[in-house]
Amino acid sequence: MSGRFQGILDTITRVRGVRGAMIVACNDGLVVADSLMEGVRGNAVAALASSLIKHAANATAASGAGAPQFLHLQGSRGALLAVSGRSEILIVAVAEPSVNVGLVRLELIRAAEAVN
Amino acid sequence: MADDVKRMTAELVRDPSSLVFLRLGEVLRADGQVEAARKVALTGLERHPDLVDAHDLYARILVDADDVEHARRVWNGVLQLDPRHQGAHMGVGFLHYSRGDLDAALDHLELALAADPTNKSVVQALHAVRDVAESVVSEEPEDAFAGFEGQDRGILLVDRQGRALNGNVLGTEGRDTKDEVAAHLAGVTQEMERTARMLNLGEWKWLIVEADNGNAHLTPPDAASLLWVVRDRDMPSGRLALLADRAGAAARTWLEAQHL
Repeated sequence: MSGRFQGILDTITRVRGVRGAMIVACNDGLVVADSLMEGVRGNAVAALASSLIKHAANATAASGAGAPQFLHLQGSRGALLAVSGRSEILIVAVAEPSVNVGLVRLELIRAAEAVN
Repeated sequence: MADDVKRMTAELVRDPSSLVFLRLGEVLRADGQVEAARKVALTGLERHPDLVDAHDLYARILVDADDVEHARRVWNGVLQLDPRHQGAHMGVGFLHYSRGDLDAALDHLELALAADPTNKSVVQALHAVRDVAESVVSEEPEDAFAGFEGQDRGILLVDRQGRALNGNVLGTEGRDTKDEVAAHLAGVTQEMERTARMLNLGEWKWLIVEADNGNAHLTPPDAASLLWVVRDRDMPSGRLALLADRAGAAARTWLEAQHL
């Protein structure tokens, strides 16, 4: 992973409660770069986040809301957050359930702009 | 009644293979002696395992003992052996009615009536359930989300199979897209469940999507339904979550009314 991507992802993983962050190619769900805690399955996160945002895009488009920019799936034991960047990439974070969602969202948006 | 019980018990002692156990079990059941009735029915079933009326009796005793799931299995077994068995259709119809599934209850009661159109108790039960079903339909609110802020933009309640239940969503150019959205939401939910399971996120609670022209919020008001709330981008996602909470409460009220 290049130092540039590492620095971008580190700003996300520095937020308390974030277990990992990654840059994902949206088309095929493959990992471009990652910064993950031990136990977080990077390939699975990338594939699932990519697939979920595609399904969500069908629902938002049919609802007249257009394409997703930010997605937040909240579970009882954790959360998945993703921001769409340009160039068909996603910035994804996996976090503890009590994470500061607003802060992670901001860092994801900044990371997407930096990658762009 | 005590004399009847004594007489039938004596007959069973004299001839253990007698079918009088059916009548004896029924009398004991009607008298509230559930355990005694259960013993009589099980003893009879040991001697007559293929006698569907004995299984039917046993199922009714199980209902009296609050063992509803066991009763359902026994009656389903009876209907496999005898698809026109009136008692079993009555029993299964009763179980559906108890769960609030009036359509299924009516189906079974109509089959019970077809087996013997002269049975007055079946006729009475059928009329009673039809009356309840009609009253539920007449009380059904037109819109579960009437009066909600921006309700026309998008509040949609769907089932997990992707069918719209209540509410509406407008797509681009104001087109009604609720059926399309409902179908997509079933796919989104399956994908969320898969994601939550594989990433150890626990049970999913909600999904928020901020999109180009609107924000959306998906929650499960109960185990069988999904609620999709969409608003324009000028409603922040935190406020949208509060609106979705209130809409979820309205959805649950509406769903409970459907099950009465």
